[in-house]
Amino acid sequence: MNQFQYVKPSDLKSALTILAKDPTARCIAGGTNLIDLMKKGIVVVEKLVDINNLPLKNIETLDKVVRIGALVLNSDAAENKIITAQHPLLSLALNAGASPQLRNMATVGGNILQRTRCSYFCDRYMPCNKRQPGSGCGALEGYNRMHAIFGGSDACIAVHPSDMCVALSALDASVVISGIKGEYRIAINEFLRLPGDHPEKDNMLEKAALITAVEIPHHTFTKNIYYLKIRDRSSYAFALVSVAAALEISNGVINDVRLALGGVAHKPWRLYQSEKYLIGKQVSEFNFREAADLALKNAKGYKYNAFKLKMVPGAIVEALQKAVSAT
Amino acid sequence: MKNEKHCNNKEDGFPGESRRDFIKQSSLLTALALTPVTILKAAESEWDEKIAVAFEKLPVTLQINNKKYTLSLEPRVTLLDLLREQLGLTGSKKGCDHGQCGACTVLVDGRRINSCLSLAVMQDGKSITTIEGLGSSENLHPLQEAFIKHDGFQCGYCTPGQIISGIAVIREGHAGSAAEISEYMSGNICRCGCYPHIVDAIMEVKQGGKKV
Repeated sequence: MNQFQYVKPSDLKSALTILAKDPTARCIAGGTNLIDLMKKGIVVVEKLVDINNLPLKNIETLDKVVRIGALVLNSDAAENKIITAQHPLLSLALNAGASPQLRNMATVGGNILQRTRCSYFCDRYMPCNKRQPGSGCGALEGYNRMHAIFGGSDACIAVHPSDMCVALSALDASVVISGIKGEYRIAINEFLRLPGDHPEKDNMLEKAALITAVEIPHHTFTKNIYYLKIRDRSSYAFALVSVAAALEISNGVINDVRLALGGVAHKPWRLYQSEKYLIGKQVSEFNFREAADLALKNAKGYKYNAFKLKMVPGAIVEALQKAVSAT
Repeated sequence: MKNEKHCNNKEDGFPGESRRDFIKQSSLLTALALTPVTILKAAESEWDEKIAVAFEKLPVTLQINNKKYTLSLEPRVTLLDLLREQLGLTGSKKGCDHGQCGACTVLVDGRRINSCLSLAVMQDGKSITTIEGLGSSENLHPLQEAFIKHDGFQCGYCTPGQIISGIAVIREGHAGSAAEISEYMSGNICRCGCYPHIVDAIMEVKQGGKKV
């Protein structure tokens, strides 16, 4: 790893000032992704801003939202009483991600900003438009087993690796950002973006700005929820396909539903059409299958990931069924 | 010629030269000898006096296995490299060095982390426990004893990480069943495949009720 300068500001204003003065400065929180990328030479840092002294470690219930500070550890968020009581789907997704050691280091803000694990992005000697714009996409014609089937472009078919974000997407969470101009919010489904012609841009975070919190609006998805994660081993692996499912059922009728997929797109893939189809319908395997088939509209498989086209509908049905029988 | 003129000016009390300028220049020269590319970039963007601190070692205080260490560290040194290369605490192992295998697992303020993915400077002021801090060869930690009893290892390379992680699993309250232990030990890979024996060892210590 190259030499770099290390600074540790104690408040948000100083951190933002450092970032504004020096556009090459990079923030570090848990470091589970950044240190890895620095070791591989994929990210070269000249000034590292350790933000761990910033007061962003609270989880609180506010009037309309639960607010989770950006520096809350993934393990703390997963086991926090407010989260397990009000947003258990988020808890399930957090615990499905990474390993206990990594969850003890990784923060909520960092989880959102983590980079793709696309093997072409992670190898400096391979072409990758995300790492080096204009160099081409190695995955399109390469070994694309882990790659996107939704929302990809000719420039990039990488996937966002987070489990947490899939739950946040389903729960309509917002990302709270502080920049020099002040604080503002962007829905997570807008914040994380599709690759288009600019895969080097993972998200809408502007320069000299920080994620300070995540806010989840209050809702009643506390009982019939499930996070299904299909992966190559039973734990500690990235998703081939994952499904966040939340249902609100009364007398066998679906009053409300949320569905989002992980491991299939450059961002969590929310299934608005399937949700719309299910609202007002009876809980039944037939209806779940119909909703799952709707999800496949616009899906595109590549040489090594076409299996996901079959895996996705089955996963959606299973997640919905497990959500129905969850207690 | 130019130099001569410069010298003359200095003798005349040229206002551009001061002790501060001298320090800036000399630190720039020192740094140049280290990493030219970065420094030239830094000089171009006029970081001036910041260059002096850019490559300095930083003071770091750590409590490691109940012993206080006052250190001076380059920011790029990971906690694992500090332990192994600088302090001779080679119990924590470097397996993948990318947070994928768990051989480097240590406790920081009682919580397990991958020491290969953490910079030592980020742990300033914290308390660290490595495998060396658990017991001695005369007086093994109960989980070390259980690993021997249950054949919890073959080559032994992952074992320090497994044992630290196993202690954390018990303390966290995630050792309720074999399935739960397996899930919460998933960050520690064992290429010899001793998983069932590792689970047995952790189960026994948990059920024995001894403080770990």
